[in-house]
Amino acid sequence: MHHPLHQNVSNLDAPLQAKDHISVFHVKGVTKVYQMGEVQVHALRGIDLDLYQGEFAVLLGASGSGKSTLLNILGGLDAPTTGDVFYGQRNLTRATESELTDYRRYHVGFVFQFYNLIPSLTARENVAVVTEISRAPIKPEEALQLVGLGDRLDHFPAQLSGGEQQRVAIARAIAKQPDVLLCDEPTGALDSQTGIVVLEALQRVNQELGTTTAVITHNAGIAQMANRVIHLTDGLISQIQVNKHRLAPHELTW
Amino acid sequence: MKALDKKLWRELWGMRMQALAIAMVIVGGVSIFIMSLSTVDSLFETREAYYRNNHFANLFASLKRAPLSLTKRIEEIPGVERVDHRVIAYVNIDVAGFDDPVSAHLISLPDSSSGLLNQIYLRSGRLLEHDSDNEILLSEEFARAHKLHSGSKLSATINGRRKSLTVVGHALSPEYIYQIAPGAMFPDFMRYGIVWMARKPLASAYDMEGAFNNVTLTLSKGSNQQDVIDQLDELLKPYGGTGAFGRKDQLSHRFLSEELKQQKTIATVFPIIFFGVAAFILNVVTSRLISLEREQIAVLKAFGYSNFAVGWHYGKLVLMIVSIGVIAGIGIGTWMGKGMSNIYMEFYSLPFMIYVLKPQVVIAAALISITVAILGTLYALRTAAVLPPAQGMRPEPPAIYRPILIERLGLQDWFSQPTRMIIRHIERRPLKSFLTTLGISMACGTMMVGGFQEGAINHMVEVQFGMSQRSDLTAIYTEPTSQRSLYSLRNLQGVEQVEGFRAVPAKLMFEHRFYRTSVQGIQPNGDLLRLLDTRLAPIDLPEQGVIITDYLAELLHIKPGDMLSIQVLEGNRPTVQVLVAGTAKEYMGVNVYMQREALNRLLKEGNAVSGAWLKVDPYYQKDVYVALKNMPRIAGVIEQRSAIKSFYDTMAETILFFTFISTLLGSSIAFGVIYNSMRIALSERNRELASLRVLGFRRSEVAYILLGELGLLTLLAIPLGLLIGYGLCAYLAFQFDSDLYRIPLVLDRDVFAFAALVVIVSALISAVMIWRNLAHLDMVAVLKSKE
Repeated sequence: MHHPLHQNVSNLDAPLQAKDHISVFHVKGVTKVYQMGEVQVHALRGIDLDLYQGEFAVLLGASGSGKSTLLNILGGLDAPTTGDVFYGQRNLTRATESELTDYRRYHVGFVFQFYNLIPSLTARENVAVVTEISRAPIKPEEALQLVGLGDRLDHFPAQLSGGEQQRVAIARAIAKQPDVLLCDEPTGALDSQTGIVVLEALQRVNQELGTTTAVITHNAGIAQMANRVIHLTDGLISQIQVNKHRLAPHELTW
Repeated sequence: MKALDKKLWRELWGMRMQALAIAMVIVGGVSIFIMSLSTVDSLFETREAYYRNNHFANLFASLKRAPLSLTKRIEEIPGVERVDHRVIAYVNIDVAGFDDPVSAHLISLPDSSSGLLNQIYLRSGRLLEHDSDNEILLSEEFARAHKLHSGSKLSATINGRRKSLTVVGHALSPEYIYQIAPGAMFPDFMRYGIVWMARKPLASAYDMEGAFNNVTLTLSKGSNQQDVIDQLDELLKPYGGTGAFGRKDQLSHRFLSEELKQQKTIATVFPIIFFGVAAFILNVVTSRLISLEREQIAVLKAFGYSNFAVGWHYGKLVLMIVSIGVIAGIGIGTWMGKGMSNIYMEFYSLPFMIYVLKPQVVIAAALISITVAILGTLYALRTAAVLPPAQGMRPEPPAIYRPILIERLGLQDWFSQPTRMIIRHIERRPLKSFLTTLGISMACGTMMVGGFQEGAINHMVEVQFGMSQRSDLTAIYTEPTSQRSLYSLRNLQGVEQVEGFRAVPAKLMFEHRFYRTSVQGIQPNGDLLRLLDTRLAPIDLPEQGVIITDYLAELLHIKPGDMLSIQVLEGNRPTVQVLVAGTAKEYMGVNVYMQREALNRLLKEGNAVSGAWLKVDPYYQKDVYVALKNMPRIAGVIEQRSAIKSFYDTMAETILFFTFISTLLGSSIAFGVIYNSMRIALSERNRELASLRVLGFRRSEVAYILLGELGLLTLLAIPLGLLIGYGLCAYLAFQFDSDLYRIPLVLDRDVFAFAALVVIVSALISAVMIWRNLAHLDMVAVLKSKE
């Protein structure tokens, strides 16, 4: 069952599809219903979406729009109530818990709103904790260099500012050279100036490593740096917008 | 119910497993406290009631023979209330179908049972017909061991003449609550008993008509016991008195008193451990709860709840957990106390057991638990009480970590990040880590006490009977006999070795201290009794001077080279000064040894012996028994090995009960500490671990970080715990030391192994329970919350 709107917007995708036609994620008819006590919450009401290799996508929506749920499903943290999610050829909805763990371990990089660093590990070690379990990681030092923290390697989270902590989190996410980078409100806890530094780091990773990046945010300002902006409203994709002219992070305002 | 109280109940329900684990530790403390103290009170009350009802005497004295008229003069000693005289003989008994030597004390009962001291307690059958010359009453344990009932017959060698006797009933006596043969170390109901017989036939058999050879008396209130003893000794001296002694030197009374002392020690040592551990866990758990509820506390305060109300709110939670522990502990403690009292009733020949649970013991248990719990959680409760609302609204500042020692040493490359997380987490809160380790070690240490007893007894027996006393049989003569009599023993078929000994009761004095025991004259370089030094190597007995039991040296504060005064309590009662030549390691009894000939010279007698040690070829053992029974001069034969065996049988049940209880208690501590620590760690690090799960860590890898810390602490705790257990056993051994026996500090390897094993198993059970919690780590929630 195709959503009429989706038909529309997928035409807009055409130029990008022509350039990078390999689909990393293929989402088909995904719904998600939560049982909250005695109330059913329809977080996703039928999502069809493709994310393409190397693109920088922003999933934009108000709180409660279902964007986090979608990201969690893409990241293998949650399963849809109905529908299928394909990662390449693999159907994530059929994966076992341990297959999902492996999926996250080898293919996905996560960046969280509240950084979620390990307080007992230094910046370098927070990255190493992931590289130690991945297949072809870059060195933690290099990853931190990439996000501009080459001089803060041996600082503990408590000794770093919020922006620095988030950049450590990005370094941690990319050090394993993931196929996709999923960022949940990465600037949500930061002031705009610091946020820009973080976004620059994300863009740099996207450009230099070619990592498919999906950022969810409720901040429309950020959307202008994306290849595509996927608008979510009440559990549905309301609009997909392709940015002809992407802005550099430092040009963004919010 | 107020809303806040509802919150409390729900929270208690939410943390029920943790609350239960803490309550279990409190149960441990309370139940041991109740068990030991109620056992002490019960044993004490029972003994007192028994003594009172049956007129247990205050003073006891044996003599050779004195006319009845002497009792008048004894009664005239100021302070004496009542005097009772009897005839007592030590005889060989022949029970059909039982070949081993059996000895008994034959005690005369007067015609009328009213008014006399040390009254017997008739358990079954009837009292003696006073004119009957062949009726007897048997001590219950002995009768039961041989299945002798009213109407059963046995024979005794009374003053060299064999006599057939008919059992008419079973009895108990306050004098023989602990029934032990002279010279024996353990009770052996098969081979030693008490037999009561009418005065007339017994007296006539021993030529004691109109005379007595044993006297007991009660004292009036306020009289000076020592004065009476001195005057009594003076009176009995011409009649061969061997020295009067009070209850505190009466064997049966002594054993019971030691037992009471031990229970009191248990009642203090163990509850301290349990309450300490409970306070620690409560502290950890409440601290965590309060830090999780910072925002709620802030809200409550913002709406006008006072600091006290908030502090009291959490205080009530602590009290609820403690109450569960106290109530269950009182129940279980009472159950265990009754169990212990019953074991004691069986082990000691008590006619009844008054189980006493004093209200003040229960109140003390509750008050101590509550006080300790409140003291333990005071800091956490204060934190809740004084937390300013605005500060409570903000999340707690992030934890600060520092490079650890290993890193400062440059060894970090050896450790993976998860391992570093473990080590840093331990290092960040060294006190908490230490206390957790200490708590687990306490579990390990407590466990060891249960197994300690058995190993100690084994060692005691091995040293005493394997290395020191190596005879198979001890034959005791009716009276000192010429050394030549040993030939007839040596000539018995199957007897391989015979060594005679001379033993006399004596009072030993050094400075103002004194001790009553017997001086043993033994054969120098003998094989059947060897004195051992502290390294268990045999000591040569010098020609001059005496070797004394090491514990006697401690008692009298005397050391080798000092002069010991010995007042012999037999014959013409000489007092001599002898040189203490050395000390010997002995675990049971307190003795003084000198060369037999030297003792004979001291007593101005020929080469007399009181008895002999025999080494017998096992093949001829039965024949030797029979031969010894038929020797009129031999009053009794003791066979140590079978006594030990029967002692073990009696002890087995007790030891099992102790092992069961200590295992239960030890594992409750181990589980309480480990499970709670893991739960707290899980709660504190929930976010961290869920993040790692999101990043692709497997459940096992996350579990490693969480459980690794506790695993490491548990591993550290085991050697520490074994050390603590060793110390605890050493302390108990030291506390339990008495002149009756010293408990050697010997711990078998399996005692250590078992303690460690129980701790490890408790840790594993906790880990399995936590492992299941780890499956429910909420990865989605953790991404959205800032804790």
